[in-house]
Amino acid sequence: MIRIPRSIYQRMVEHAKRECPLECCGILGGREETVKRVFELSNIEKSSSRYVMSPQEQLRVFKELDEESMDLMAIYHSHPHTIPFPSETDVEMAFYPEVTSLIISLKERDNPVVKAFRIEKEDILPVEIEVI
Amino acid sequence: MEVHVRIPSSLKKLAEGQNVIKAKGETVGKVVQSLVETYPDLKERLLDQQGTIRRFINIYVNGEDIRFIGGLETPLKEGDQLSIVPAIAGGALTGSS
Repeated sequence: MIRIPRSIYQRMVEHAKRECPLECCGILGGREETVKRVFELSNIEKSSSRYVMSPQEQLRVFKELDEESMDLMAIYHSHPHTIPFPSETDVEMAFYPEVTSLIISLKERDNPVVKAFRIEKEDILPVEIEVI
Repeated sequence: MEVHVRIPSSLKKLAEGQNVIKAKGETVGKVVQSLVETYPDLKERLLDQQGTIRRFINIYVNGEDIRFIGGLETPLKEGDQLSIVPAIAGGALTGSS
């Protein structure tokens, strides 16, 4: 279960729409299953089918989360043209299996769909999202 | 000389639950070597079969990416802070860019 304030949920979706047709990516920080902050990061691949977060921005966000005693609660990215389910690339690159992955699908542009998962090497587990 | 190495929670279970590890070495490469000798489970996550740092592992010394300051040969001094940060990456399609 991950609880996301509506304003942060909407900001994530807006980020995905703004970057479309490229993939967007970002980090959610928080405590005890509840998201408190959203960080939009740059996709240095500038691709519609891949993303790599800017390492410098990633380090800066990790530092900020530490300073604010927040956990890295979720990593989000968009699938501009495909369903909100982890791809083989997402599984292969899941270097943070303990962190929830959110995927924003813009397959139907007017009806964005957000799904959450725990992506482990052997398993993809759905995670419930509660928008608060 | 002793430095502090910060690793993310996804790796700390491979280092006896620590997310800040004290390690010794005069260069980044030597510290990494010492880490994988002390915690062999970290080796596969950090190094490829040739023993070089994996492409998606980023290492910083006091916030500076080692790619820009001397790579594994980057010299260290007492109390330096190393961060080992796996990339966050993925994407919709396999094998495309």
